[in-house]
Amino acid sequence: MLGVAVLLLALLAFPLAFGRYPVRLLQEILIWGIYAMSLDLLMGYAGMVSFGHSAFFGVGGYVAALALTSPAGVIGGPVGALLLPVSAAALAALVIGFFSTRVRGVYFIMLTLAFSQMLFAYAFQASWLGAEDGINGVPRPALLGAPLGDGYGFHVYVVAVVAAAALFLGRVVRSPFGHVLVGIHENEARMEAVGYPVRRYKLLAFVLGGTVAGLAGSLYAQLSGSITPDALFWKTSGEGLLMVILGGTGTLGGAVLGAAAFILLQSLVSTYTDRWMLILGGIFVLFVLLAPGGIVGALRGRLGLRA
Amino acid sequence: MSFLPDLLGQALNGLAYGALLFLLSVGLTLIFGMLDIVNLAHGSFYMLGAYAGLATLAVTGNFWLAALAAPIAVGLIGALVERGLLRPLYRRSPLDQVLLTFGLIYLFEDLIKWGWGGRIRSISPPPVFSGRVQLGGLTFPTYRLFVIGFGLLVALLLWLLIERTRLGAVIRAGVYDAEMTEALGIDVGRVFTLVFGFGAALGGLSGVIAGPIQSAYPSMGVSVLIPALVVVVVGGLGSLKGSLVGSLIIGQAETFGKAWLPGVSMLIIYAVMAIVVLARPQGLFGRPLR
Repeated sequence: MLGVAVLLLALLAFPLAFGRYPVRLLQEILIWGIYAMSLDLLMGYAGMVSFGHSAFFGVGGYVAALALTSPAGVIGGPVGALLLPVSAAALAALVIGFFSTRVRGVYFIMLTLAFSQMLFAYAFQASWLGAEDGINGVPRPALLGAPLGDGYGFHVYVVAVVAAAALFLGRVVRSPFGHVLVGIHENEARMEAVGYPVRRYKLLAFVLGGTVAGLAGSLYAQLSGSITPDALFWKTSGEGLLMVILGGTGTLGGAVLGAAAFILLQSLVSTYTDRWMLILGGIFVLFVLLAPGGIVGALRGRLGLRA
Repeated sequence: MSFLPDLLGQALNGLAYGALLFLLSVGLTLIFGMLDIVNLAHGSFYMLGAYAGLATLAVTGNFWLAALAAPIAVGLIGALVERGLLRPLYRRSPLDQVLLTFGLIYLFEDLIKWGWGGRIRSISPPPVFSGRVQLGGLTFPTYRLFVIGFGLLVALLLWLLIERTRLGAVIRAGVYDAEMTEALGIDVGRVFTLVFGFGAALGGLSGVIAGPIQSAYPSMGVSVLIPALVVVVVGGLGSLKGSLVGSLIIGQAETFGKAWLPGVSMLIIYAVMAIVVLARPQGLFGRPLR
């Protein structure tokens, strides 16, 4: 509890010590962090490797963009920025999850991939979603009647929402529900035999993960002021998996570390060299080969801690 | 433009696209059938093939030499990837292999960007097939007719190889039960390398053959991977016949979708895939799921 409070204070105080660019990077890390955490809930705990997580990130982003750019801000504020995007993502996850949880393994990967690519293909061609260009000029929302603007207010808002989502996911994995998910991961047939309605558990996990991913997508649209079909593209799903693996699966905190490593590599390395994709790909391949536990696994090994 | 020639033109375009999809997806399905790996870097092999073809063309100016050199080069790269990177992972979960191949996409794409720059390059068709022919009331590029014939020829040769040769028998045995095959004294490890290299070579070949129709750019592998996966899933993972039938279905669905439902054309192939997976998860010709 003390650790969480210290971390929160540090995040809130960050803009006092650093300039615009580092603050922006931190906000991106936080947003991609909860996206990666939500994917880790699926793959690290429930053992469901989804290649379609971008669907929920994108749905959240698009709904937020539509609501916040609505004429005269009819649906602005927390309703447009948080409630609607999150509900839409939850609904999308319920529908996609209902079909996808019928199959396993490679087929689950392929079906989630197909659904997310369907949404990508639709957004790419739908003129009311801006087609290829997506939706631009998304304003920062107003909370409690005051616009958040670009400054400290928006930072506090991002930290608060991300912290709430992270604490929520942490609560989920430590709950009896989370333990059942791990049980399903380890031996699905046994959990079924013991009497757990396995499919319903998997569907609920899928919806929870999709909901938080939608929240991340919504925050991302507010941070960058735009949303494009790229958010729905399968590479966004793949990058989420990449973050989780880099950080260490099944640790939640590791997912955030992985997101941080990914964002920092992408933005820092790309300021020194054009070859950031090469370096990122190389590091990723090395991690899969040599450090399957990710950053967290490597740290545990170094410190001699046990999982 | 009248209705019938238009229809015939669409069908032929769909057939040519289907033939390309077959060349691309058959390597993917072969690798999955034998090694149980969903090779996300297969699109990268396609891309590497196109660039190996460009390099050969730059030196020799001969399309056919390019179509020969590209699969050899990419096949060697594939064999190296299997030996050096995938083999250490066989004892781990299949997911690790999928993720490794995802990382390779970045590596290969950026290497090509480094060496060749990011711009779009075109591969010109061989002089013999650079014209157009009259078919009924429509003119059709001869190169596309060649692609259709070439795709069918490769399908036939692969069928002969797998069903009628000793090597083919070993591959089929390995797909069916790798452990038992090993027990019969066959070096399954070497067969794995061979099959992975061969699948990669087919991917490389499809890159050169597609060049005159689709042109070459570094991220072409990423954009082509998903249609290839769709084909393989619709046809049935690991099934040669499935990859042929799936390619033809997806080729037609894509081409007619573009003509008749332009607003949602990109969506159609995914809808086809979702329907097939839900109705018949193992795909049209896949082995039933356990």
